Amino acid sequence: MSARLMWRKTLNATMLSLTGVCMLITVSVLFFILGYLVYNGGKDLSWNFFTRLPAPVGEVGGGMANAIVGSLKLLLLAALFGVPIGLLGGVYLAEFGGRTVPFLVRYTADLLNGVPSIVIGIFAYALVVMPMHHFSTLAGGVALGIMVIPTVLRNTESFLRDVPSSLREGSFALGANKWKMVATVVLPAASRGILTGVLLALARVAGETAPLLFTAFGNRYWSPGWMQPTSSLPVIIYTYATGPYEDWHRQAWAAGLVLLGLVLVTNILVRTFLSRGTSYERS
Amino acid sequence: MNAAFPLMGNSGAAASSKSRAAAEGSTTAAPGASTLRMKVTRINFYYGKNHALHNVSLDVATNRVTALIGPSGCGKSTLLRTLNRMYETLRHTRLEGQISLDGVDILTLDVTSLRRQVGMVFQKPNPFPKSIYENVAYGLRINGHKGRLDDAVEKSLRRAALWDEVKDKLQKSAYALSGGQQQRLCIARALAVDPEVLLLDEPCSALDPVNTAKIEELLFELKPSCTLVIVTHNMQQAARVSDSTAFMLNGDLIEFSPTRQMFTTPSDPRTEAYITGRFG
Repeated sequence: MSARLMWRKTLNATMLSLTGVCMLITVSVLFFILGYLVYNGGKDLSWNFFTRLPAPVGEVGGGMANAIVGSLKLLLLAALFGVPIGLLGGVYLAEFGGRTVPFLVRYTADLLNGVPSIVIGIFAYALVVMPMHHFSTLAGGVALGIMVIPTVLRNTESFLRDVPSSLREGSFALGANKWKMVATVVLPAASRGILTGVLLALARVAGETAPLLFTAFGNRYWSPGWMQPTSSLPVIIYTYATGPYEDWHRQAWAAGLVLLGLVLVTNILVRTFLSRGTSYERS
Repeated sequence: MNAAFPLMGNSGAAASSKSRAAAEGSTTAAPGASTLRMKVTRINFYYGKNHALHNVSLDVATNRVTALIGPSGCGKSTLLRTLNRMYETLRHTRLEGQISLDGVDILTLDVTSLRRQVGMVFQKPNPFPKSIYENVAYGLRINGHKGRLDDAVEKSLRRAALWDEVKDKLQKSAYALSGGQQQRLCIARALAVDPEVLLLDEPCSALDPVNTAKIEELLFELKPSCTLVIVTHNMQQAARVSDSTAFMLNGDLIEFSPTRQMFTTPSDPRTEAYITGRFG
């Protein structure tokens, strides 16, 4: 009995420390990246970085204002293009689909989610860049938009499925038809979760480089309108980090910090938003 | 034997409820209209292959409370859900036979207008995640009303005996209310579209005795303006609130008679066994 108890206690202690160590490793990787970025990028971060264009090669200084604005424009396009499709597709899956079609759609969406981002870039290249004969913000936005679709779709579906069916019944019993029921009860009830999913999906594609390489391409200057190639944070990080100049490397670190900061802030905002509780009572 | 019983029970009850309504000078609207608000004629109902209701007939008298009692799974909720075609929200369901509302076959009605005339309150309070005000206004909103509906909301909340408790917090979330208040809010929500019939599916089963008493009192107050059909697990409740009671067992309507008669001199031995607590 006593030996058995000893064994149990030893096993318990071993497993506890093992899981603890794994947890520490996970967290420390994140903090290492964060710390390294702050250490390397922080000192080059200045007001100029947010307001100036990149300096000509050989000149020290300059900023990445065009890349920051470019990234925001790309995300706006991605949201305009990908969110409605993902959202309405998710509504269909959760509320209107039968058995077979949703299964196929879900499966396809999961496959699309697993498609390497460079392939999505090639697709957008064939779809938008080839017919237009030049790179553009639009093409980059389409590429990112395609990447947003499966995430928003699955997320919307799962949050809609979480809405208790008693609410649907309540709406039907008052004479609502299906579309009105979805629009007036189910969507508002799930809106918080759906919005969270949308923001997280956008935060994820904000860091994508590959799909932008031959769609939005890059630009050392401002990109007016939507039909010109544009600079973006991930691509400029890629270009600067692999470039030959010491100054570029430091700028790339700073850009990395800004990008991570944007994603981190979005994440934290979303989580505090969500932690205020769901907007319906769970049964 | 099973097939014969519901018809026997039913015909007797139909006659008695009609004569009683006539004797009391029931206040039905149009001249020449029957005192029956709804009439269920020999319906069979199926969930897929499961034959859930067997040849059931039921007369729902105008401005009376009709109670449906019976053990779990006997089909009383199913019967209730045929009255406003709520079964149509489930797949693979099938209804045979005829149900009429004021003499019109409900299957020929637009389901939206049917459900506006035949409202429903569910077992668990299910307010929408909206303000108290918008919950009550919902039924009017989906029928195209825009803007302020203050008068209609106040009237419905008063009819549901909830106005005094919520008049200062109409814009608060409906979830801030207690369970009993939420259920009365659901009743107010159903009343807002001014239904002729209100179906209640075990409306008190999630409530404590005090709130149950409030709901029961409310049913009495609603009776002059609304026809009520209530499914209940609780036989004392059926005895307290209803004018006539239908006892169901395994999908058959065993007996349908005036409540007093049902609880004093039941005609079927199975009814007697159930109400005296020998099973169920």
